[in-house]
Amino acid sequence: MKSQKFWAWFVFALGAAYFIIPLAATFEFSLRMRRGEYSFDAYASVFSDPQFAASFTYSVLVGLFTIVVGILVVVPAVYFVRLRMPWLRPFMEFVTLLPLVIPALVLVYGYIRLYGSSSLIPFTGSVLGTDILLTCAYVTLAMPYMYRAVDNGMRTIDIGTLTEAAQIMGANQLQIIGKIILPNILVAILSGAFLTFAIVIGEFTIASLLNRPAFGPYLVGIGTNRAYEPAALAIISFIITWGAMGMINVLGRFAPRTSARTD
Amino acid sequence: MPAFLEVQNLVKSFGTNTVVKGVNFAFDKGEFISLLGPSGCGKTTILRMIAGFERPTSGAIRVDGEDITHLKPNQRKLGMVFQAYALFPNMTVGENIAFGLKIAGMPADQRRARVDEMLKLIGLPGFEKRYPYEMSGGQQQRVALARAIAPKPRLLLLDEPLSALDAKIRVSLREEIRAIQRDLGITTVFVTHDQEEAMSISDRIVVMNAGNIEQLGAAHDIYNRPETRFVATFVGQLNTLPTGVIPGISGERAIRPELISLAPRPETDLTLTGIIADLHFLGSVQRLRVDVGGTLINIDTFNNQTAPLHRGDTVTLHLAQKDLLILGA
Repeated sequence: MKSQKFWAWFVFALGAAYFIIPLAATFEFSLRMRRGEYSFDAYASVFSDPQFAASFTYSVLVGLFTIVVGILVVVPAVYFVRLRMPWLRPFMEFVTLLPLVIPALVLVYGYIRLYGSSSLIPFTGSVLGTDILLTCAYVTLAMPYMYRAVDNGMRTIDIGTLTEAAQIMGANQLQIIGKIILPNILVAILSGAFLTFAIVIGEFTIASLLNRPAFGPYLVGIGTNRAYEPAALAIISFIITWGAMGMINVLGRFAPRTSARTD
Repeated sequence: MPAFLEVQNLVKSFGTNTVVKGVNFAFDKGEFISLLGPSGCGKTTILRMIAGFERPTSGAIRVDGEDITHLKPNQRKLGMVFQAYALFPNMTVGENIAFGLKIAGMPADQRRARVDEMLKLIGLPGFEKRYPYEMSGGQQQRVALARAIAPKPRLLLLDEPLSALDAKIRVSLREEIRAIQRDLGITTVFVTHDQEEAMSISDRIVVMNAGNIEQLGAAHDIYNRPETRFVATFVGQLNTLPTGVIPGISGERAIRPELISLAPRPETDLTLTGIIADLHFLGSVQRLRVDVGGTLINIDTFNNQTAPLHRGDTVTLHLAQKDLLILGA
């Protein structure tokens, strides 16, 4: 018994060290901007850079739009496939995996060819158009995660019977999705939204090639030009990520419980 | 008076498989109707066609004179209770019951009054703030019933609503459903595979087998005068007596276990002698299995306090010729 417990803790400590040591080292390094003593100078430098706030705000905005568009596309699609066209599911699984297989670089070159300023649909001809294109690209990149999160969420509720119960009481499709399906898969949607957000905040390739002032290109720019600030930025990103995760936990507590007693 | 619920030549095929083969019935307003049959007999498919979840291959469904065959489920103004409760997990009991009223655009104060009324009706006053997961199966199903009848539907459809519950709650809830149905006078179609449930609760029963109606009638008629072999054997217990068991009668006969007694009665005119092969004491009733010349006959007798029976006892069975059934096809 005792030795089993020891090994369990040992493996746990090993795993924890794997994550914590590099993080601690990065944090330690980020404090060494001032020679001979620890200080938060690197952080002050990051926060005082107007480009930091601008690019971060931009990426958060794009992230929020990406989440909204992603939900609007994925939730009805998963719902109708599960309800009416279950034979389409293997195909959906395959299609939603494509963004993981096709490199972002290929995707963005395809976009530039298709939607370039000299094409029929010149999205890249204007700033707003490019922002829309960027959002669409992010929806595609986040699709594998959003699809799986929503699909798992719908697996836990009996959408067929709930739909019928709502229908017979006079509800239409929009009311069913909005009032019954969405609220019951809220936690799943939130986890999909979080993953989407994490992808958008750090994404570099597409934002850079479409020449948008996003957080990813800013991070890379700082990383190549400065010494201590990138470490500070890494720690800041980490805290933001953890904050988002904590928010999901807090929000998840308010979400309805779906488990029904069967006795 | 024209029928309130009318089903005409209803057919449903899934590919080459025809599960409902031209069903006709007509019922009056306020009747409690059961669709009874083994699984796969088409009873659930008929209910789902009435609800609008399945499109009939051919035939018509009319409610109160209106042809609803091609209406969408949400245009039919019906109420339905499902086997799996199907309460909305994200809503409280009160919100669940108010759902149909809200969709129909009833003002909030009227909604609240109606929800209170419904909760009182199902015996769960003060439960409106609870969530479904906080309640037992029986309570959830009563809420589902309240949710279905709150908008005053034209028809109440019950799809095996008691099957997921345990035996005791099943009996009490079916009595409650029947009482509420009678109170409100709401025409109800109840689907079940449990013949005891159907007989105890219904005004009339539609016994179905393999997509066809075998017999349609009151429980008393179906039990005492089964028209087909299927009905006779599916509804209740039945002894089949091959030629030769009863002296002087050729051809197969059948008889219910409770119509055979161990003592003569005024109407009995036949006797058989046999040996008790098995004996089950069920409390008020004793179920005997008697070996009569190699044929086992089940007999239900009332509990006799003074003269207990034992395996191996020789007994004389008394029965009346008029109680013998000749089974058709």
